Amino acid sequence: MAVLLLGEVTDGQLSVDATAKALTAAKMLGDVTVLCAGAKAADAAAEAAKLDGVKKVLCAEDASLGHRLAEPTAALIASLAGDYSHIVAPATTDAKNVLPRVAALLDVMVISDVSGVVDADTFERPIYAGNAIQTVKSSDAKKVVSIRTSTFDPAGQGGSASVETIGAAANPGLSEWVEDKVAASDRPELTSAGIVVSGGRGVGSQADFALIEKLADKLGAAVGASRAAVDSGYAPNDWQVGQTGKVVAPQLYVAIGISGAIQHLAGMKDSKVIVAINKDEEAPIFQVADYGLVADLFAAVPELTDKL
Amino acid sequence: MKVLVPVKRVIDYNVKVRVKADGSGVDLANVKMSMNPFDEIAVEEAIRIKERGEAEEIIVISIGVKQAQETLRTALAMGADRAILIEAADDVHTDIEPLAVAKLLKAVVEAEGPGIVLCGKQAIDNDMNATGQMLSALLGWSQAAFASELKLEGDSAVVTREVDGGLQTIKVKMPAIVTVDLRLNEPRYASLPNIMKAKKKPLEEKTAADYGVDVSPRLTIVKTTEPAGRKAGVKVGSVDELIQKLKDEAGVI
Repeated sequence: MAVLLLGEVTDGQLSVDATAKALTAAKMLGDVTVLCAGAKAADAAAEAAKLDGVKKVLCAEDASLGHRLAEPTAALIASLAGDYSHIVAPATTDAKNVLPRVAALLDVMVISDVSGVVDADTFERPIYAGNAIQTVKSSDAKKVVSIRTSTFDPAGQGGSASVETIGAAANPGLSEWVEDKVAASDRPELTSAGIVVSGGRGVGSQADFALIEKLADKLGAAVGASRAAVDSGYAPNDWQVGQTGKVVAPQLYVAIGISGAIQHLAGMKDSKVIVAINKDEEAPIFQVADYGLVADLFAAVPELTDKL
Repeated sequence: MKVLVPVKRVIDYNVKVRVKADGSGVDLANVKMSMNPFDEIAVEEAIRIKERGEAEEIIVISIGVKQAQETLRTALAMGADRAILIEAADDVHTDIEPLAVAKLLKAVVEAEGPGIVLCGKQAIDNDMNATGQMLSALLGWSQAAFASELKLEGDSAVVTREVDGGLQTIKVKMPAIVTVDLRLNEPRYASLPNIMKAKKKPLEEKTAADYGVDVSPRLTIVKTTEPAGRKAGVKVGSVDELIQKLKDEAGVI
């Protein structure tokens, strides 16, 4: 079996964490070739070659691949698909954009957000916001699979794969990039952070979200938010943890002013240790929390920040 | 211009999901069903496009069991003009896979000729997040997934997308497939007079066979299980106790 793993490349850099976690799953399926595609991808390809267990790296540099637009990226992957039994990617927004398109071009079903590999045809994936785990067996000749990174440990370093330069596929020219608005931050990335501090509707305002951010910075943590907090405009959408946001599984997850709707639990219940701070002692979040503190967050959070 | 909006009948957002004890799936008998929340946002966006004078007709379509008629009536009550139901399953527990749905939608797009298709980014039952992207591939159309802002500018659309690091804005050629994310808009509620009016709006009934599409699944469901539970821990009495537990007991700070 041969596996093509789409490396997560952003602005020419490899997201090592996401790629290495998907690699762990990909290695269970066969020999792994990593594809690094972008306007610039050579540095990313060199990084990917160092990951343990990578047999080969394909580096595709072309202006059309610069912003991971779905059409040219999917066309490239589909053009390479003949050599592989599996096409795999970490379940990032980029891969969720591209992989179903690849699958349809190959006339196969995509298998999204896989949390467990049973065998080369059989996969586990959460459905209904993680309220059920479905095991599915694919009858397609090729499997197109995205990997839920929070359930796999990252592959280590120490590889020395060869890097082969390849060309892009013909660009269908259907879309063009206009701009990115990426919040500059020194904080760790949400999906790979060891500690995540999240705020919910209970925080009450965008201004008071600073309390959450201060605690996060004290802990060297990433900042998350519930959908309710995002919908209320307290926090940007890319902080959203849950069914429709990001899925995280840090060593420590601190939920502040979050009631614990099932859609939020779907995004964080695999965390190693969960702390909940909420003034409502009946809040469902306490049913999954290892340590619960029933308290007014406006008193408890500054106190916690001071004493750490 | 016509706007096509596919809508899916799914378990209501607020209903607690029960996994059947025999591992055969999730219990959907006698459970409240509603329109997939992301599809409501797509319907709302289509109505706003029409209200701005940028579209003449909104067609909603649902693929699945006969009961999806109710979902279509909801969309008609919100403001869609007519509906198409493609019956492709008898049992409410049968989920038609995104690839088959995309093939049926492709046939409908070719028959109706919409200038844009607005899809929800994912259905909250199978959480697959695939139909819009697959339809776009099959049609060879442009694709803008996870939209939080949509502007039509003649023969192109400018779409701001929710991506991992923040927002990305792209310009796509029309006709286009756009999948919508939560923050695009706040869907309206249908008023009682509009619910009454919706009952008289046209709803065409078709079957998958009418379009010559094979809807048999590519993925066999081996089993469906409850996720590993998580036990509630302890309540601590103070911030000091919390810090002590995190340091000494959990060892995470």
